Amino acid sequence: MSTTTDTDRIEQVVFESLETFGAEKADITRDATFETLDVDSLDLAELAQIAEDEFGVKIKSSDVEQLKTVGDVCDLIAARA
Amino acid sequence: MREVAVTGIGAVTPLGVGARTLHARWAAGEVAIAGGEAPCTAFDPLEFFSRKEARRADRFTQLALASAREALDEAGWADGAPYEADRVGCILGTGIGGIGTLEDNFGVLRDQGPERVAPLAVPLMMSNAGSAAIAMRHDLRGPVFGVVSACAAGANAIAAATRAIQCGDADAIVTGGSEAALTPLARAAFAALDAVSTAGVSRPFDARRDGFIMGEGAGVLVLEDAAQARARGATILALVRGIGATCDAHHLTAPRPDGAGAAAAMTAALRDAGLEAADVDYVNAHGTSTPLNDRAETMAIKTALGDRAAGVPISSTKSAIGHLLGAAGAVEAIATILTLRERVIAPTLGLEEPDEGLDLDYVPGSSRALDISAGRSAVGISNSLGFGGHNAVLVLEAA
Repeated sequence: MSTTTDTDRIEQVVFESLETFGAEKADITRDATFETLDVDSLDLAELAQIAEDEFGVKIKSSDVEQLKTVGDVCDLIAARA
Repeated sequence: MREVAVTGIGAVTPLGVGARTLHARWAAGEVAIAGGEAPCTAFDPLEFFSRKEARRADRFTQLALASAREALDEAGWADGAPYEADRVGCILGTGIGGIGTLEDNFGVLRDQGPERVAPLAVPLMMSNAGSAAIAMRHDLRGPVFGVVSACAAGANAIAAATRAIQCGDADAIVTGGSEAALTPLARAAFAALDAVSTAGVSRPFDARRDGFIMGEGAGVLVLEDAAQARARGATILALVRGIGATCDAHHLTAPRPDGAGAAAAMTAALRDAGLEAADVDYVNAHGTSTPLNDRAETMAIKTALGDRAAGVPISSTKSAIGHLLGAAGAVEAIATILTLRERVIAPTLGLEEPDEGLDLDYVPGSSRALDISAGRSAVGISNSLGFGGHNAVLVLEAA
């Protein structure tokens, strides 16, 4: 598991994941909310797996309830990486 | 009981996208089998779905959703169902459900461990995913569930939908069947059963037949309470006149050799329709091209139709598109409706050397006109017989 996790790398992985889930690339910004991106709990569960794979960070379902924006999840990963 | 009308049909089959495409190409003698299989090569999910929708639906659900859209458009439901949402349901059959999703995720489990199995695995592979997806897409809030009876599932689903409307549990039901099992495990498993043609040819009722050809696809029908459909000015394509369902209770895979179970289902469906054998103008056979099915089904037709058996034209859609498993009953019900409406009987393709004792009129070679006396609408039977001994029979009448 990587521990060299600069913010750019985290954003890149998160942004690419959200695009894979079906969000429009142009709409994906740090300020975008998951609601506007049509990203739901199933997508966030998948994102949690990716975060663990890429950064060794565990995101629990209790965390997910607090995550409203793309920036929120990037910051959470950065704080725990 | 209330009368049940078919007001829309839709299909994605190995012969292409569209219900009419299926019947027109089959009637023209086209065979969609290549390399021993019949995939839906013309179906591009991204013509129907966003990337998000596509990755949230197993292929069997995608085929169902695309077929449903065609059927709902024809029924005039493009802007929503003309009923209260909780009076409209969706009942969809499948043989296996999302086996592609299951296989992919088993690979992940084996290679990467349990923590990497996708959160989407369960909602994609569950056998009710197709009905749930159609309900969510079109806001259908009445009875919604899947029907599972192997290769009879599509017909059992239509039968369940018909009863739900007849009894007043719903005013309309979107129904049919879907299957997408051209996957490594399903291929190997059917081959291990010795059920699949090693010659790679579907030739129902032919002496050389050696098994079925695996296909994929979906068929969806919009069924409505006929009185309400007429009142709203809908075009009625056909009536579901009768249904019959039985089980052989005999063997895991083999039918009763005398076809008694299938015959009982045919007899029950005719009784349910209030019709006699003499009223039947066409039989769309299950006709899988397996040695056992085609012989037992011939016996069943003789038992159920008596003197009429020798005279009624019979053909097998599987001669053109292979066996769509849980979708077969629905796709073949649609083929039957179009046969009755257009009065063109598509042939049993590949049938050149009749087998001993298989001596009915299987319409070999090329299409034939369906002759119906003036002032009468055509009546047909669609047979669906599944592993597990499931027999489901529909009696349909052109409107």
